[in-house]
Amino acid sequence: MFDAPTPLVRVRDLKMHFPIYSGLFRKRTGEVKAVDGVSFDVFEGETLGLVGESGCGKSTCGRAVLRLYDITEGEITIDGAEIGTKDQSDLRSMRPVMQMVFQDPQASLNPRMTVEAIIREPLDEHTTLSAAEKREKVLELMDAVGLNRAFAGRYPHAFSGGQRQRIGIARALALNPKFIVCDEPIAALDVSIQAQVVNLLEDLQEQFGLTYLFISHDLSMVRHIADRVAVMYLGKIVEIAPSDVLYTAPKHPYTQALLSAVPEPDPSADARGERIVLQGDVPSPSNPPKGCNFCTRCPKVMDICKEVEPASVELAPGHVTACHLYQN
Amino acid sequence: MTDATLVKTPSQAREIWDQFRQHRGAMIGLGFLIFITLFVIVGPYLWDLDPTKSDIRNKNMRPFYIGMLFGEKWGWNHPLGSDNLGRDVLANLMYGGRISLAVGWTAMLLSLIIGTLVGVLAGYFKRLDGPLMRFTDLVLSLPLLPLLLVMMLLFRDALRAAFGPELGIFLLIVTGIGITSWMNTARIVRGDVLTIKEREYVLAARSIGAPSRRIITRHLLPNVLSPIMVSATLGLATAIITESALSFLGLGFPSDFPTWGKLLFDSVDRMESFPERVIWPGLAISLTVLAVNYIGDGLRDALDPRIRGR
Repeated sequence: MFDAPTPLVRVRDLKMHFPIYSGLFRKRTGEVKAVDGVSFDVFEGETLGLVGESGCGKSTCGRAVLRLYDITEGEITIDGAEIGTKDQSDLRSMRPVMQMVFQDPQASLNPRMTVEAIIREPLDEHTTLSAAEKREKVLELMDAVGLNRAFAGRYPHAFSGGQRQRIGIARALALNPKFIVCDEPIAALDVSIQAQVVNLLEDLQEQFGLTYLFISHDLSMVRHIADRVAVMYLGKIVEIAPSDVLYTAPKHPYTQALLSAVPEPDPSADARGERIVLQGDVPSPSNPPKGCNFCTRCPKVMDICKEVEPASVELAPGHVTACHLYQN
Repeated sequence: MTDATLVKTPSQAREIWDQFRQHRGAMIGLGFLIFITLFVIVGPYLWDLDPTKSDIRNKNMRPFYIGMLFGEKWGWNHPLGSDNLGRDVLANLMYGGRISLAVGWTAMLLSLIIGTLVGVLAGYFKRLDGPLMRFTDLVLSLPLLPLLLVMMLLFRDALRAAFGPELGIFLLIVTGIGITSWMNTARIVRGDVLTIKEREYVLAARSIGAPSRRIITRHLLPNVLSPIMVSATLGLATAIITESALSFLGLGFPSDFPTWGKLLFDSVDRMESFPERVIWPGLAISLTVLAVNYIGDGLRDALDPRIRGR
């Protein structure tokens, strides 16, 4: 990238393999390559969308970037600090910079804590504010995410899905982070609430200058919120491009197939081309195919795809894809 | 912007108490527990007969209600009758209750603490899971009564010498029961911790950077409270009954030392002629256990915010 400022988050060749133990002696017989060599940058103030079908490793990637897992391999730099190989206890001081919004707002809130206690938890961990200051900060956060202050003493079960997600967002904001991983924050909400939450996330981004890694399988929502989009397939990123470019001129066959599946609201405009229907299933991440991961289902498969893993090529500034169609 | 004073909610303790009061069984249980506790603590001051003193001329007296109805030998000096050595049943019940309740509560708390600790450590730290649970299985497979008997034989004299006969035996019995009854709690708690630690709120706490000990105290323990509470109430019953079994075998408290369990066993062979000597201590044990059970039930509901306020 030519005139690029230094990225806030820099991920290089991130690998997250989960071991499989089986047999009588629980021997390690293989591994699930959930994330297998992923590289991307997220620049300050932007939103990078991460899309892909279920089980392709999106969530694992997001969690691994925040070091909620001990990664197998790779480099992660957030805000100038290398965190890929740090010890969990050394990471504690880095935690305020990076936060996460979870997929299921019901499961991500402790049912036995009040809203105030939930939002206060990060403050308890990382600040030395007095009880009154913490309370004031909690109430300010509740204002910021559009929750009524009077609800501070209630428990999560008393809230609707959208409100719970707001509580989760308030908790993520409590320590003034720079980088937030949104792990499918809207997947568990219904459509009207999805829009509210996404708009809230955008407002907060503007207000606090946040940087998002927005993980989702909702392609139209990602188009709306993301500046750049990365497409994942079977643990690898197949294409990264600025949002408009990716949605208007996708290059990788998988991206083309994925985007052709987005429903078109206008029936007359639906004549834009045939839907690409992929055959077969996603191969198991514990036993990915030789060569290109997508070669088993690719409509444009060539002989070389089954032998050699394609390298990433920059087609235009900021538009990178890993496909043999575009090599040379 | 509303003022912070406007968002005052009723305090948590108040809410819990309000919900607890809704549970009728728990309130009756609490009432009975207070009654029985006062009965064994304050009772002996009001009815200051020595429980071990035998009044041989007034032996085998019947309780007042049987005496009145069937004209058998009775008197107000022994309102619940006396046993075959002329010892007062009411005084024995009071003093026996002191020991039984003390042993029951302490042994239950001890086994609860050990069980919860082992369960949480085994469930949360994967590396400890194998060793701790195999150790639990090991203890579980030991025949408990013989083990307790061996413990009594080995340590009784040493503890007696160190703490005096009463406290020494008390400590021995409480530890003996405590360290042989924590296994079920440990297993239940481990199972619950295993499921709860995979919840997203634990992951969220980790993403905040909370250390394990605070994740355990803040997120895991409050959420495994219900099974702990249930095994606590059962544990109290087991402790009282185990203590009586030990007394029955002659390896608990000395023979002139009344406990509910011992009263029960002393009277079993003459149960047909004097049923009241079995009924009263038996009733005391079962009602106490039942009361604690109901209190545990009510407390579990009151501590769960999802049930509270419904």
